[in-house]
Amino acid sequence: MPADVTLPQLTAKDYASDQEVRWCPGCGDYAILAQMKKVLAEVGIPREKLVFVSGIGCSSRFPYYLETYGLHGIHGRAMAVATGVRVANPDLSVWVVTGDGDGLSIGGNHFIHTMRRNVDVKVLLFDNRIYGLTKGQYSPTSPQGKKTKSTPLGAIDYPLHPLSVAIGAEATFVARTIDVNVKHLAEVLKRAAEHRGTAFIQIYQNCVIFNDGAFEYATDKPTKDDTTLYLEHGKPLLFGRDRRQGIRLNGMTPEIVTLGEGVTEADLLVHDEKADDPSLAYLLSRMHHPQFPEPMGVFRCVQRPTYEDLLMGQVQSAIEAHGPGKLEDLFAEGETWDVS
Amino acid sequence: MRESLGTMSVPSAEQQRQRRTVETIDLADVTVRFSGDSGDGMQLAGTQMTNTSAIFGNDVCTWPDYPAEIRAPVGTPAGVSGFQLHFGSHKLRTPGDRVQALVAMNPAALKVNLADLEPGGILVVNEDAFTAGNLKKAGYTSNPLDDGSLSGFRVHRVPIERLNAEAVADTGLTGRAVGRCKNFFALGLTYWLYDRSMEPTLKWIEEKFGTLPAVAAANARALKAGYYFGETAEMFEARYFVRKATLPPGRYRRATGNEALALGLVTAARLAGKTLFYGSYPITPASDILHELSRLKHYDVRTFQAEDEIAAVTSCIGAAYAGAIAVTGTSGPGLALKGEAIGLAVMTELPLVVIDVQRAGPSTGMPTKPEQADLSQALCGRHGESPVCVLAAGTPADCFDLAIEAVRIATEFMTPVVLLSDGYIANGAGPWRVPELSALPMLTVRHPKAGEPFEPYQRDERLSRPWALPGTPGLQHRVGGLEKTDITGHVCYEPQNHEHMVRLRRQKIDNIARTLPPLEVLGRRDAELVVVGWGSTYGAITTAVEHCQAEGLSVSSIHLRYLDPLPPELGTLLPRFGRVLIPENNLGQLRRHLRAELPVDPLGFNKVQGKPFAVGEIEAKIREVLKGK
Repeated sequence: MPADVTLPQLTAKDYASDQEVRWCPGCGDYAILAQMKKVLAEVGIPREKLVFVSGIGCSSRFPYYLETYGLHGIHGRAMAVATGVRVANPDLSVWVVTGDGDGLSIGGNHFIHTMRRNVDVKVLLFDNRIYGLTKGQYSPTSPQGKKTKSTPLGAIDYPLHPLSVAIGAEATFVARTIDVNVKHLAEVLKRAAEHRGTAFIQIYQNCVIFNDGAFEYATDKPTKDDTTLYLEHGKPLLFGRDRRQGIRLNGMTPEIVTLGEGVTEADLLVHDEKADDPSLAYLLSRMHHPQFPEPMGVFRCVQRPTYEDLLMGQVQSAIEAHGPGKLEDLFAEGETWDVS
Repeated sequence: MRESLGTMSVPSAEQQRQRRTVETIDLADVTVRFSGDSGDGMQLAGTQMTNTSAIFGNDVCTWPDYPAEIRAPVGTPAGVSGFQLHFGSHKLRTPGDRVQALVAMNPAALKVNLADLEPGGILVVNEDAFTAGNLKKAGYTSNPLDDGSLSGFRVHRVPIERLNAEAVADTGLTGRAVGRCKNFFALGLTYWLYDRSMEPTLKWIEEKFGTLPAVAAANARALKAGYYFGETAEMFEARYFVRKATLPPGRYRRATGNEALALGLVTAARLAGKTLFYGSYPITPASDILHELSRLKHYDVRTFQAEDEIAAVTSCIGAAYAGAIAVTGTSGPGLALKGEAIGLAVMTELPLVVIDVQRAGPSTGMPTKPEQADLSQALCGRHGESPVCVLAAGTPADCFDLAIEAVRIATEFMTPVVLLSDGYIANGAGPWRVPELSALPMLTVRHPKAGEPFEPYQRDERLSRPWALPGTPGLQHRVGGLEKTDITGHVCYEPQNHEHMVRLRRQKIDNIARTLPPLEVLGRRDAELVVVGWGSTYGAITTAVEHCQAEGLSVSSIHLRYLDPLPPELGTLLPRFGRVLIPENNLGQLRRHLRAELPVDPLGFNKVQGKPFAVGEIEAKIREVLKGK
């Protein structure tokens, strides 16, 4: 941007639409919305350049509450809609807001393929491990045994681990955060905004009505230091209230060790979000409560050309090779003959 | 073996030998069919003869008929692939009811196609393929070449495989590559029979196989060997010649329906000054549109091969919201999957073109066979009151015009448009007159600018809402599938507002009728009978009605390109005819639609065999209806 152009500095408030927010009181979505507006102002993306796309579910009402462009689509298809927006206009900053039902169940196919193409969209998956808008059925991330309206005897499905799927689908940016840790939430959203390529964030989000306390282990003061592990690039994996516990690799398997008893920080696994090989990120994505502290933060952040960069590259080289297409040339392609 | 070369059923070999010169007979038009295994290159042979005839100046009309299996078991009827070419010195609208000449590369091809060869027709068989094994695979208990069952045809037994192998012997090709040239041998022989120039095909071979000189040489050699075989073998009692047609002056090229759709879409986007986004999932028989468009990136065409049909259409909705001309192409099963998303486009009132190249259904049905059974789905196949504009192309060339028309309506009225084609016109080719750029319609697309007064659902006189683009400062707005408040577009559950919006959306589609060209009637507007058709029955109906009119029968025809809304004058026009007859390749979907919309009770004439109507079938029906009056 030229230095002589001064734009009014927008604040979080400027990103709020005039629509009344209608989530249940105490819903984790409020915190995410607040941090989103703050981060947009901080990063300074003009409102008209932003498009928020969503599917169906509580989380998918998100676009109505932002003074940006928005498309509230149909169930599960937000990532496909967002792909169309980005390909049609790669100048736009495109965000997808989805949930564990919308993004992983009905929209599971688009989830995989958006990741592998590396379309430059930011995907915020509000994971509350339940279907909220349809009033309380189990979701693909609900734990086995979960009793819900549709599983009175307990869910028998094995849950899906979205970060593992995203990494398996070649996502270039994969992160996890949690609604109540607003500082961390904002940091991760900011990292996603700055990433070029698909950015996938799983946001642990509490549903006060149908699944209240699902993430208590990770949010309650007495337990959270032992049940979560905040990732830092280039730093050893340490956790616990006094940060005396760490993760060490035993062959291919992670194990929890305590510093001191013959174990030093040098023995611990060091986080490398930029590793080209996704194995470490995948290994971290398999660490689940209660066996392990659950990693929070950026699991993987690598650079790779985006889908739309490659597509526009092909358009450009076609224009360089053939010149910008003219209709008269198009019509005259192949063999023609004249009738007089 | 040599002795049998000249053997023919009618006239006898002896009679033929006595004839020293071969006369050339002028014909007004001819229908030829090449048939063989799906790996025998019959589609290529047919396409080459089509190009050659078109370049020469004939009118042409083709029907490629191929199996769904890429390589069905060799030698079986399931694997037979055929290409029918009708070329003439006058206007042609169909690929011909029956064939005057059939080339059969094996017994299965003979078995599948013989019923379409007219009595006394020319039958060229690849004698080498009539082995005991192949006869058994085709289901023959005795060799039809020897058992007298072909006595009603002029049979020419040609050892195509052996002669082809001899012809290409010293080109360096070996093994299976040799056999792959045999379609060119058969083509060369057919060229001689119909006095076609080999030049266009020789030029094509040169261009296609330029980097493989041995292959190019062998194919050229096979073509010439076939041609000279016709000249020297003295097996044919005559050659045939079809003079140039008198087509409207201009520059022409050959185009299939799918090619014409691709050309039309690129043209429309260019006329509108916009990017063309084509999101599609591969499906027979629509995939060629994707193939065509994906190589036209220098026309600012962005193609997206989606992960499924739903992603294909929803990516288009995103692209339309962002300002592209967004088009998705599919066939019936894909249209079913897109239904919910089309409803979203109805609700968000975004321009979207959905092409359905119909095939025989339901379910997987017969994927390579044409049918017209998606009309009801296009009109009604969504939940809620969900009106869209529905168009249907009648010929390959019409696909070009209607692609532009679909984009015009979609952008002018901010609505999804379903454009119906089918496998018959999608793969069938005809001459396409290249339009003058100045004769193309203007497509004016307007987007609100920053600072203009703007409400997302403020309608113009057509009831169309503004197409405001992301990136425009100050016009930030949200659209979605929830019901909208009139004008502001805010989410709304008010009962009166919902009914108002439902009626507005229907009225908007009805308003399209005001912009349609006048309806054409072939014949008198008060005839005893009018034959009404839509889609690919156009050729057979028009030809049949012209024949009947020439006989003095009181019959007219109307071809509908607009199915929703219907042409406004149709309601007053149809009751003036004594009877209304609707031939359709379905069980009466247009008939049901017209009965619901207009004060008429048409007769149906329905054929659901994965095959188009023959002209003769419609003529017979017209006579039957008029006689019964």
